Amino acid sequence: MKINNVVIRRLLQLVSVALGVAVINFFLLRLAPGDAAQVLAGEAGAATPEYMAALRAQFGLDQPLLVQFGKYLLNLAHFNLGYSFRHGMPVAQLIGERVPATLLLMGASILFAVVAGATLGAIAAYRAGKIADVVISTLALVFFATPLFWIGLMLVVVFSVWLDWLPVGGMFTIEAGYTGWAHIVDVARHLVLPAVTLGLFYMAVYTRLMRATMVEVRRQDFVRTAVAKGARPPRVLFAHVLRNALLPLVTMLGVQVSSIIGGAVLVETVFSWPGLGRLAFEALFQRDFNLLLGILLCSSIVVIVVNWVVDFVYTRLDPRIRFS
Amino acid sequence: MNKKIFKLLGATALTLAFAANATAQTRGGTLTAIIQPEPVILTSALNTAAPTGFFSANVFDGLVEYDNDFKLRPALAESWDVSKDSKTLTFHLRKGVKWHDGKPFTSADVKWTLENVWKKIHPRNQIIYGTVTGVDTPDDYTVIIRFSEPSLAVLSSLNSNGAQVLPKHLYEGTDILNNPYNNKPVGTGPFVFKEWSKGNYITLERNPNYWDKSKGVSKPYLDKIIFKVVPDAGARAAALEKGEAQYAPFSPVPLKDAERLAKLPGLKLETRGYDWISPWLFLDVNVDRPYFKDVRVRQALAYAIDLNAFNKVVWYGFGKPAVSPVVSTLKQFYTDDVPKYGYDPKKAEALLDEAGLKRGADGTRLRINLDYLPYGDDYKRSGEYIKQALKRIGIDVNVRAQDTPTYTKRVYGDRDYDLSVVWFAGFADPLVGVTRAYWSDSIGKNIPWSNGSGYRSAEADKLIEQAQSSSSQTERVALFKKLQQRVQTDLPSIPLLELHFFTVQAANLKDTVTGVDQIYSSLKNAWFDNTAKVAKAAP
Repeated sequence: MKINNVVIRRLLQLVSVALGVAVINFFLLRLAPGDAAQVLAGEAGAATPEYMAALRAQFGLDQPLLVQFGKYLLNLAHFNLGYSFRHGMPVAQLIGERVPATLLLMGASILFAVVAGATLGAIAAYRAGKIADVVISTLALVFFATPLFWIGLMLVVVFSVWLDWLPVGGMFTIEAGYTGWAHIVDVARHLVLPAVTLGLFYMAVYTRLMRATMVEVRRQDFVRTAVAKGARPPRVLFAHVLRNALLPLVTMLGVQVSSIIGGAVLVETVFSWPGLGRLAFEALFQRDFNLLLGILLCSSIVVIVVNWVVDFVYTRLDPRIRFS
Repeated sequence: MNKKIFKLLGATALTLAFAANATAQTRGGTLTAIIQPEPVILTSALNTAAPTGFFSANVFDGLVEYDNDFKLRPALAESWDVSKDSKTLTFHLRKGVKWHDGKPFTSADVKWTLENVWKKIHPRNQIIYGTVTGVDTPDDYTVIIRFSEPSLAVLSSLNSNGAQVLPKHLYEGTDILNNPYNNKPVGTGPFVFKEWSKGNYITLERNPNYWDKSKGVSKPYLDKIIFKVVPDAGARAAALEKGEAQYAPFSPVPLKDAERLAKLPGLKLETRGYDWISPWLFLDVNVDRPYFKDVRVRQALAYAIDLNAFNKVVWYGFGKPAVSPVVSTLKQFYTDDVPKYGYDPKKAEALLDEAGLKRGADGTRLRINLDYLPYGDDYKRSGEYIKQALKRIGIDVNVRAQDTPTYTKRVYGDRDYDLSVVWFAGFADPLVGVTRAYWSDSIGKNIPWSNGSGYRSAEADKLIEQAQSSSSQTERVALFKKLQQRVQTDLPSIPLLELHFFTVQAANLKDTVTGVDQIYSSLKNAWFDNTAKVAKAAP
């Protein structure tokens, strides 16, 4: 009963936030000067009044704004994200085609950031004040402060052009037509540089966070008690120190997942990765509002859901916190 | 005058082209080309954007091709005649050509495309086909086009970019702009569309039934072309350097990287193949601004800019100072017998003084804004160079940045600007690309790439209208020369450079340029010289 109430409340919250985002975005985006027809005519390098009129009719831009808005809401009520006239495809299909690439990139970069960040942070905390700590902390500071696209380009120059270990960009070697295991290896090779680039900033954040909290947690009485009762160092680390140090990291993880589409724009551009971030970015410049609204709506839902998951994970990590 | 001579010229050009290819071409291989930005749709009959044109010509043939001298060469049309009064144009089509889905290509396809696409939708062709009164197809292989007034410019625009024929059987009765075949094109061309993975790549495969065969050689030579979407300029340079891509047109890397790439052993820089576009860079002056109404002020702007230095510093020499909006490679129409404005800042200052724009207490005569075409760093630096140049004569310029729709709306819609740096494609006939910058009919109608300066001249308008409907090419040439003199006297916009775009390509990729319109025509003649590669790798 109580659980049902929670679920219903959360769902209502989701719908109202998503709807609010959709409505605000719809009108906000219309403030940008120029429309999709103008972009297309601009790209065509030549235009006539007849051509512009044909394009506006094609895009449905010749209708009053409120009619367009009504149609948009009606579509949403039917779980239909609308049609991208520029791409000649339904928005849902366009997003669906790009989601796997973005999920792969996001998953890999988050995994890299969390594992590397937590490990480095833990090492730094255990070696606080020693050489290893200084090196790790300095590196973390450097990655924290360097712009993403620059790191990406430098990685390409070093690992692709000079050393020739990894491909320059793209998601797989189209020319080779690999299948099965060879294809998976090929994608993995293409994934390394973009995932590392996208993950480095958060790795630095996690390293600093992990180091700080672990240094603090290790001084706590319950850790001293654990050591005093004769628990082995690995058990002290995993059962006592790590579990308590993870809370702030989970919070940051929620932030990373929510903000990753923004970072993905740059990384996907630098590495020609066919993902959602680039699609959103291009949609903005192309005034392809149906598509952009669809992507923004989907990502707002992702952010809300991720926040739930984070709340839920809190309760698992720290029984004092209740999920409500 | 019987214009059968075109046929003869075409045939000669064809023989010459074959004689020149003395070395044996090797069949096979996959070419990876970079296409940027990603095309919107894949049929250039409906959208003349550069990436679409570059891609689309590989799938669709034109009625003719152009050789390296702007002469016509047969393609889907084997021959053509223009009647004595220049009001009737007859095409004799090639027999036995098939669409990629196996249906025969006939005169009905040409008639349908002309009436429904070239005349109504194609962004450039309406000025050419607007006066068509009827299209007859006496048989499957003859098309007769009748015009109410002569339209000689038509002959300059019959390639795959200007006259792309769409398959009637897939388009008739549909919503043309939303037709699904715009994204999975079915053409007659040397390559067949396979797959488009959006944001990623487009693949084409060799058309085994392509009509262009002679002496036992059947084109195209390449097995496959992959067009990769690579949005970042640095990544494009890296991909070319590493050999992951072998062909990248439209100045794919920043000018400062071009020289470095050209020096690498496996790469070469190619500037041929862009002449059909006839691009010129210019400074549009908003003549509706009170301070720009006086022609002396506009002349002063021109005198203040050292075009040689501008070309060297900003464009790394990838241009040529322009004296007229018609570029010098269009030998037939170009004239340098126009008023010239060589670099002379003293004269510029004198003209401004005369016009009543005196230097104020802080040395400034005028504060204005400059907007540049947001197509990359080169245009931004062009704007900054002009800012410096005008500062010397006491004009303070604020350079503004914005995205493309904002820019086109500002210049062509709201007309809320002072100066703008932009390039136009002039194309092979000034009527198609040059006159739109001066014709008063399009002012302020929010039509991108039209008359942005707001120049209204009854004389210029009359010259343009006469050139449009004249039946004699000699007369048209004279009219265009007069027009150049007129607009260079009134100077509503200041020609800066004839731009030289470049292609970066693998050194062992041969015969990539076979005509002035190469970047808008197919790669059916291109082939990989594997022997050269081996020889190079040996030492």
